[in-house]
Amino acid sequence: MENSGQGPARRDYLVAVEGLTKHFPVTRSLFRKPAGFVHAVDDVSFQLERGESLGLVGESGCGKTTVGKLLVKLLEPTAGGISFHFPDSAAGGAAGPVDAAAIKGRQMRAFRRQVQMIFQDPYESMTPRRTIYDTIAEPLAVQGIGDVLDRVGRVTDILTLVGLTPAATFLFRHPHELSGGQRQRVAIARALVIGPSFVVADEPTSMLDVSSRTGIMSLMQELAGNLGIAYLYVTHDLAVARYMCHRIAVMYLGKIVELAETEELLGNPLHPYTRALLSAVPVADPDYRREPPDIRGDVTAPVDPPPRCRFYDRCPRATTFCRDNPHPPTEEKAPGHWVACYEV
Amino acid sequence: MITPPPNYPTFPGESPEPPPPELGRGRFRLALARLRLALRSFKNGWAIFLESRIGLLSLATIVIFALMAISHPILMATVWDAGTYDPVTGYAFDQIEQPAPPSWRHPLGTDPLGRDVLSQLLSSTRSEFILGLTAALVTVSIATTVGAVAAYYGGLVDAFFMRLADLIIALPAISLLIVLSALFRLNFFHLALIIGVLGGFGGTAIILKSQALSIKVKPYIEAARVAGGSQFHIILVHIIPNLLPLSLLYMMFTVTGAIFAEAILSFLGLLDVRMSWGIMIHTANTGGYLLGGTRYWWLILPAGASITLLCSAFYLGGRALDEVVNPRLRRQYD
Repeated sequence: MENSGQGPARRDYLVAVEGLTKHFPVTRSLFRKPAGFVHAVDDVSFQLERGESLGLVGESGCGKTTVGKLLVKLLEPTAGGISFHFPDSAAGGAAGPVDAAAIKGRQMRAFRRQVQMIFQDPYESMTPRRTIYDTIAEPLAVQGIGDVLDRVGRVTDILTLVGLTPAATFLFRHPHELSGGQRQRVAIARALVIGPSFVVADEPTSMLDVSSRTGIMSLMQELAGNLGIAYLYVTHDLAVARYMCHRIAVMYLGKIVELAETEELLGNPLHPYTRALLSAVPVADPDYRREPPDIRGDVTAPVDPPPRCRFYDRCPRATTFCRDNPHPPTEEKAPGHWVACYEV
Repeated sequence: MITPPPNYPTFPGESPEPPPPELGRGRFRLALARLRLALRSFKNGWAIFLESRIGLLSLATIVIFALMAISHPILMATVWDAGTYDPVTGYAFDQIEQPAPPSWRHPLGTDPLGRDVLSQLLSSTRSEFILGLTAALVTVSIATTVGAVAAYYGGLVDAFFMRLADLIIALPAISLLIVLSALFRLNFFHLALIIGVLGGFGGTAIILKSQALSIKVKPYIEAARVAGGSQFHIILVHIIPNLLPLSLLYMMFTVTGAIFAEAILSFLGLLDVRMSWGIMIHTANTGGYLLGGTRYWWLILPAGASITLLCSAFYLGGRALDEVVNPRLRRQYD
C-alpha cells in the first residue's frame, strides 16, 4: 500500500486507512441515473496504533459517522482501503495485515470479534423486546462462544465492569426500564463482551444528559486503559475529544483537514477551519467577549463538490491559488501535525 | 462436567446460594426467568386490553361462540338423539309442518327440510372457528415472512413480492373464489388455505413489509450486524419479533374476512361443506323463505346474527388489541 497519508507507516499500527472514499448516489427517481454523488468521505487516510484513541471531530454531515461505519464494515467503501493488523493472539488470527475488503464469509466472524461499534442513540440501538442479557450476549451467541452458563457468567462480569451492579438485577430487564446512561453502559458492555481490539464509538455521549456524560466518558477511558482497546471516537464536541483522545482529526465535508496530538492541535491549530471551531468553544466566563469566528457562510452540501479546496467558500485566507488548484494535499507542517492547506 | 463461573448470578427473588454444578439447572433457570418475563409482559398487555370496553365485549362474544362450538358434540352425545337433531340428516318427526317455529323441543325451530336450526347453528360454529383461525394463521405466517424478507433484502426480491401483492389485491377475491369453487370441489380446509395464501401474499404482506422497513433502519439492526449476526439471524431474531404484534392484529382481521368469504360462497352453494351458517341461509333461500319477511325469522336471523356478531367481535377485538400493540393509539391520562 502506497503511503501518502499521515506520516510514515508505524510498525505497530492496528488500523491503517488509505485513501478511503465513500460516495452515495443521489437518486431523483427509480430507474433513472443518479443525479449526483454525495462525497461523504473523500480520500481520508490515517493510522491508529494499538490502544490509541483517535478523535474524529467535525460538524454534522461532514462524514465522520460514515468513516466509522466503513471501519466496522457496515458500509463498503467506494474506493480506498482499510487494513487491520490485529494482535497475533486474535481469534482466527491471520498473522500480518488483513485487507478489510477481502474479509468475507467465515473471516467476517473473526473480524467481528476484533472490531465493534458503540452507537450514538442508546434508545434505538437495542431491540426493545429483548432483555439486557440477550442484547449483551448476542455477539457471544451468534459467534457460538461458550454455552449458556458461560455466557451468563461473562455477561454478569461485563455488567459489573461497566458499573451496572448488582449485575443480576439487570440481566432480565428490558431496555425501556433503564435510563439513558444505563443503556449506554449496556451498549458499551455489548461492544466489549467479545473482547475487541478496536471499537468505533459514534458519539456515545451526545444523547445523554450532561450528568451521565462524564460517567460514560471516564468509564470508556478506564476500559480503554485496562483492556488496551483502540478507539475511534466520533464526536462533534472538541471538549469531549480532548478528554477522551490521544490524537484528534478534524473533518470538513468528507476530508480530514488537520490531524495532530490532542494538545498540539488545540494549542496550535493551523488550519483555518480548526481555528474557527476552537474559537466557537464556549468559555465559562460571563464577561468574556467572543471574537466572531473567522469563517463565512454555511456548510455547503457535498454533492459533486468542485475539485478545489473544500473549505474555499468559507475560508478567510482563500487566495486565487486555492481557487485554481485541487484540494490541498495533507502535509506534515510540524512533527506529527498534519494539515491540508496551501496557506499554512 | 462444566463448572460454572464463580460469579454465577442469582435471579430476582432468589437467595444467593452456590449454584448447582450441572448445566441443566442453569438452562432451566434461564428458561424460568424468561417465562416470568413473558408472563409479566402478558399481564401488562392484558391490563391495557381490559381498559377498553369494546375489547372486553368482543372477547366475551368470542368466548360465548367458543362455548357454543364446544357444546354441540356434548349435546349430541347426551340430550339430543342423532335421528332428530343431526344438523344435516336429522328430521323433526315431532313437528307437523316444516319449517316449524321455535318450540321447547326445538328452541330455534326447524328448517324447511325438518332439521333443528339450533343444532345446525352450534355445529357450524366449530367449523367457522377452524376456518377463520386456519386462514388467519396461514395469512400471518406467509405475510410476516414475506414482509420481513422483502423489506430486508429490498431490490428484486422486494419488487417481486410487492408486484405479486399488487396483482393479488387487483384480483377480486370473491369472484376468484367463485371460479375456483366451480372448477374444484372446495371444502373448509381448501377455502382456509386459499384465503390464507391470498391474504398472506396480498395486502397483509404490504402492511407488514412497510412496518418491517421502519424496523430495518433502526440502529439495533446495525448493532446486530456488528455483533456478527447473519442475515437469517437478523430477520428471525430482530425483525420478525418486532413484527409479531402487528401480525397478531392482522390475524384478527383475517378471521373476519375468512368467515365472510365462507358465508358468501356457501350462500351461493359453491362450497363442498356439510353445514355452515352460509348454508343455513342458502337453505332458507332455496326454499323461498328468504324474501318472506319476518315470518320465518328463525331461518335467517340466527345464522345472520352469528356471522355479524362473530365477525365484528374479531374485528373489534383486533382494534382493542391494536391499542395494546400500538402505544400511540392509547388514550393519555393526565
